[in-house]
Amino acid sequence: MRLKWLIPAIYIFFLLLPIYWLVNMSLKTNEEILSVFTLWPRDLTFANYKVIFTDASWYSGYINSMIYVSINVVISVTFALPAAYAFSRYSFVGDKHLFFWLLTNRMAPPAVFALPFFQLYSSIGLFDTHIAVAIAHCLFNLPLAVWILEGFMSGIPKEIDETAFVDGYSWPRFFVKIFIPNIASGIGVTAFFCFMFSWVELLLARTLTAVNAKPISAIMTRTVSASGLDWGVLAAAGVLTILPGALVIYFVRNHIAKGFALGRV
Amino acid sequence: MAKVTLKEIAHSYTGYSENPDDYALKKLDLTWRDGGAYALLGPSGCGKTTLLNIISGLLIPTKGQVLFNDQDVTRLPTEQRNIAQIFQFPVIYDTMTVFQNLAFPLKNRGRTKEEIEPRVIELAKMLNLEKDLYTKAQHLTADAKQKISLGRGLIRTSVNAILFDEPLTVIDPQLKWQLRSQLKFLHKKFGFTMIYVTHDQTEALTFADEVIVMYEGAIVQIGTPEALFERPEHTFVGYFIGSPGMNIVPCRLQGNQAMIDDHALVLGKTYRDIPTGAKIEIGIRPEYLRLAPPGGKGLPVNIQKVDDIGRYKIVRVGLNNRKFNVVMTELSGMTGDNASLVFNMNHTNIYVNDHLFVGDQQ
Amino acid sequence: MIAKQTNQKAWFMVLPVFLVVAFSAVIPLMTVVNYSVQDTFGNNVFTWVGMDWFKDLIHSERFHAAFLKQLMFSGIILLIEVPLGIVIALAMPKKGWGVPVCLIGMALPLLIPWNVVGTIWQIFGRVDIGLLGHTLASLGIHYNYTQDPVAAWITIIIMDVWHWTSLVVLLCYAGLCSIPDAYYQAAKIDGASRLAVFRYIQLPKMQRVLLIAILLRFMDSFMIYTEPFVITGGGPGNSTTFMSIDLVKMAVGQFDLGPAAAMSLVYFLVILLLCWVFYTVMSNVGEESSNGGK
Repeated sequence: MRLKWLIPAIYIFFLLLPIYWLVNMSLKTNEEILSVFTLWPRDLTFANYKVIFTDASWYSGYINSMIYVSINVVISVTFALPAAYAFSRYSFVGDKHLFFWLLTNRMAPPAVFALPFFQLYSSIGLFDTHIAVAIAHCLFNLPLAVWILEGFMSGIPKEIDETAFVDGYSWPRFFVKIFIPNIASGIGVTAFFCFMFSWVELLLARTLTAVNAKPISAIMTRTVSASGLDWGVLAAAGVLTILPGALVIYFVRNHIAKGFALGRV
Repeated sequence: MAKVTLKEIAHSYTGYSENPDDYALKKLDLTWRDGGAYALLGPSGCGKTTLLNIISGLLIPTKGQVLFNDQDVTRLPTEQRNIAQIFQFPVIYDTMTVFQNLAFPLKNRGRTKEEIEPRVIELAKMLNLEKDLYTKAQHLTADAKQKISLGRGLIRTSVNAILFDEPLTVIDPQLKWQLRSQLKFLHKKFGFTMIYVTHDQTEALTFADEVIVMYEGAIVQIGTPEALFERPEHTFVGYFIGSPGMNIVPCRLQGNQAMIDDHALVLGKTYRDIPTGAKIEIGIRPEYLRLAPPGGKGLPVNIQKVDDIGRYKIVRVGLNNRKFNVVMTELSGMTGDNASLVFNMNHTNIYVNDHLFVGDQQ
Repeated sequence: MIAKQTNQKAWFMVLPVFLVVAFSAVIPLMTVVNYSVQDTFGNNVFTWVGMDWFKDLIHSERFHAAFLKQLMFSGIILLIEVPLGIVIALAMPKKGWGVPVCLIGMALPLLIPWNVVGTIWQIFGRVDIGLLGHTLASLGIHYNYTQDPVAAWITIIIMDVWHWTSLVVLLCYAGLCSIPDAYYQAAKIDGASRLAVFRYIQLPKMQRVLLIAILLRFMDSFMIYTEPFVITGGGPGNSTTFMSIDLVKMAVGQFDLGPAAAMSLVYFLVILLLCWVFYTVMSNVGEESSNGGK
């Protein structure tokens, strides 16, 4: 079928259409949005973006999101590393059950945890803090991190560990100087996924915050319920949240393509 | 069954070029008779797989033509060339049973159940697969799977040629000989034109009527296994065939004498008209060397190592810096580290610029 | 490979993870269990009611409605996304400049925050300012997702297809790429039709990844919250109130702790069951393909 390429082409067009519309709207003034229907801005303006960069109630949202996502990534990777090593190298009482239990948490519906989290973090005085969201996201990110890292670690032959110990390395030194460089790409992949899943999550992040640590996702949804909507600003805010994802994909595009070419599943 | 002709085939992976170095496959002409068993033998990268792919239709050669029974198929796609190909790893349909796998090519060509069934059963018996006939193919061992691939190639009553691309690669060593003999038996029975690509000389020499040795994109010699062993026309053939390969040592020629460093060796023939400045080497197979007690007629050598293979021994000897391998069954009468190396002059060859140079009988 | 050595001290390495996840999971779950068997009339006074909430739940119309909506939603999602994903994966280029373009384009929706996905479609579907809504209106089609339940469902489904089909595509594509060329060549030599190639070569090799894709999509669609919440808030009425939305409404909105807790547990148990099925089937598929050998 010579026209086979049409299928992915149409699909990608379908995917990009709503995004284009969002960008389109973000570059229009509110008057233009509400008055006429145009496929591209008649009066191109960056005013909406300016609002977000200057209005604290908007840009604080991005900053808050970045803060708790970063904390989460650091916690997830740091805690997962020794745990994944243990699962990969040792067998111990209850190890298979523990691993499975960790995985089930990745499958936990956030809705079930919304209220309990709210009460739990309020009771220990961590409500509306970045650290609260960061830890809450560990519910699904830690198991994911352990799962991914364990996979990478199992690919490193145990002989490397043995050799290092015979050579007189203490365990911490071995881990930092020898082991970690070997799984650097695995750590990268893990950090990437933790970042993405924490960045996109709304329910828990919204439930656990009020003002101080309110993430951008919550600010956007809050604005939705109000009337007299500032569509342009909302669109601009949306575009700005897509940017991190787009940038990341752009930077790893070659790795993604190569990964598929190697046929690794 | 078809006669396969390759006319002035050359291939460059970078497309048409005037520079001969771009060609992975240098210009060659070959004719294979209908029903013959041929082997393409050579080290990795010599171009044998390229050549096979040109015959099967996976590659269109930059230059030249491929003919099946004088019909030009050079640009014909694989499925229209009526060939069968067996790959390095077993290619089977996992979800089908052995029976369904073997029947598949016939089913696709519209044969009826009455035609298919007896043929599948007969072929399965010949391949020793009849007890697994109704098992799902994916559960069998690697060699059984490879036999299924082979069976799918043989099931059709008429194919122009069957092409083998190093088919025994995944097979356990102890099963390789079993499959090799089965292949030979099947060739005798069905009489298809079979072309077998390999880097293993044992496979090539036992399977083929005629072996084509390739090196760096060119054919260096075509001949029967005996011819390749006795009269290698290129130093590469001498070195590649035989285990261990031919001893090839530089020398100088003076009439009917060869000078290996300072040692003279009287040859059985006279060699004249050798181009000046050419690379001259003397070649002799380890099987045609003999060790005699020291001080005898041969070259004085010292024994460096003896490998006992079981049925025979490989003795490594040295003449100054030159090394020779000698194959002997017994080392009786040898004491100490020194010996005389005796050449069998009937099987000694002279090579000029890597090619066999025939001398004049005296 | 050296077998794993038994070392109970490994528990220390696992301890930090265990503690954090336990804190995040076990304590809240215990709270939920606690609430599910008690009732309160406020002022933090609780009385034991045993299985009453569960009994109410099983008989509750509201729960049945939400559960059925959820099942129907997940079912429709799978029916659309899985075949669509396979078709697109089959049509994707394997070599050339088209490959990174396709991969980047398809990955983009997967990395957009879920509320923004909702916002995008909320805007897109509006008749006054959205491309889709406006186009439909100018074609004379009556389309209003805030008032018409069917329109609301269709919008949410299309949005989910837009959001997640790429996951199925990418997984299937990875499976397809792992098929060596020799299989296609052999199929050509055997005279196999296009359909036979799909049925006997491509589909079996994609089996494992397809299973992952199906189970991931089923589970995630079963838990969906943010996107439909942003677009319709569960409306009009509660036509698009899926289980997560209903649960949060009950728990955080209405503070009906007992019923919410009971529902949480049943909800979680259903998903755990699916997870267990997932784990078991995956291990069996994995064993089969390794016993079959290569």
